[in-house]
Amino acid sequence: MKWFGLIATVFTGILLLSAVPDFAKFGDPNSPANGGVGDTPSVSQYFITETYNDTKVPNLVTAVLADYRGYDTMFETVVIFAAGIAIFSILRSFSGPVIPSHPPTVDTSVHGDHQRIIIGMTCRLIIPIIQLFALYVVAHGHHSPGGGFQGGVILGASFILLALAKDLNAALGRFSEKRYLALGSIGVIIYAGFGLAAQALQRNFLDYEILHKIMPATDPIMARSHSMLGVEVGVAFTVTAIMFAIYANLSSKGRLEQGL
Amino acid sequence: MEFFNNSVVPYFNYWIYVILMMIGLHAMITKNNLIKKLIGMTIFQTAIILLYVSIGVKSGATIPILAHHHDDHGEETESAHHGEPDHGHTEADAEAHAKAGAPSEVEKPDRPGDGEYEKEKKDDHHDHGDPHHDSHAVNPDHFANPLPHVLMLTAIVVGVSTLGVALAISQSIYRNFGSLEEDEILAKIKQGGSGADV
Repeated sequence: MKWFGLIATVFTGILLLSAVPDFAKFGDPNSPANGGVGDTPSVSQYFITETYNDTKVPNLVTAVLADYRGYDTMFETVVIFAAGIAIFSILRSFSGPVIPSHPPTVDTSVHGDHQRIIIGMTCRLIIPIIQLFALYVVAHGHHSPGGGFQGGVILGASFILLALAKDLNAALGRFSEKRYLALGSIGVIIYAGFGLAAQALQRNFLDYEILHKIMPATDPIMARSHSMLGVEVGVAFTVTAIMFAIYANLSSKGRLEQGL
Repeated sequence: MEFFNNSVVPYFNYWIYVILMMIGLHAMITKNNLIKKLIGMTIFQTAIILLYVSIGVKSGATIPILAHHHDDHGEETESAHHGEPDHGHTEADAEAHAKAGAPSEVEKPDRPGDGEYEKEKKDDHHDHGDPHHDSHAVNPDHFANPLPHVLMLTAIVVGVSTLGVALAISQSIYRNFGSLEEDEILAKIKQGGSGADV
């Protein structure tokens, strides 16, 4: 089996490498993806030149992600949510014999006490800063690299840090199962809500321009910028909740009683 | 040597990613442990992501984020670069590029709370009739292609979700069969029946 795998891998590699000279050279600004084919400009050229005029958002990646390709991003959020639900349904058990995965290894000697004080104090100092930074990353997705996914992962990681440093129950005390499932659902509802609001105003789904009618004091262009922030917040909610849900379920084998 | 210069060096990124892909594929095929197979899958996905992002590279181009020319209050904030000394960027570069009319290479996050500070600095350096902010067209060759970055954001997220579900299934398999080695699991299945708990 191993020899067959090696031969198959090497053969596939040679096949792929024989197709490499047909690609564009590294860093070529006139490749079909970057510059277009012949006289037809590529769609990314439109994104680079017209995004600021259309949406007043300097970060081209966020603009394409949340506005031009917003439908795709909505289903990406749904995929994350579905992964959280899938892990919940595979692993979560509410009853059955409680089998401790390992005997609790709480070191009650003086040395252990000092360790827990140091770790606890460090977490107490740094977790609020991590969460503040996560909110900054979400809010500044328009102007610097960031956005909903990145900020959501950082925010989820702050809760995972709490669970790793102290105990899963400490983190669950602050972010219980009901709360994180609700937060995950609310994120998807926010994103779909923006789309449905646009549909209610008789435009296409996720057509942000028409939302200037319900947002106070915005013109159609700024309405796209503000709606982008709104959907990014929804994405951040879902990603935060599901990141912590995945960790909580995986580390406690579905019981949510005792973590790693 | 000729082959190396013509076929490998201008396409070196594709060579790296194909090799990385094949390492991942080899791990998925030949390893016995389920977790090692998952790691192979992750390596494979990483190679694909790098491949797409490298297609969007343009030599001499900067990141696909426009430097902030007008903020919401209609004031110029190009000189916002001058007011942020604690960022550690080379201010001289930003100034040179800003005055040359090309899109600035350095991008600063917009901080509305610093509006007063920026306004004071602005009056020293720019007057309002600055020519190069009126007819400003964005040159596509100066910015990297944003589209592969967007597509790969989705790919990374989907990859993480898939990995999470795969790990959950691995835990469930371990609970049923007591082992994570592929040959032991197959032997137990052939013996007939697994554990009753799911």
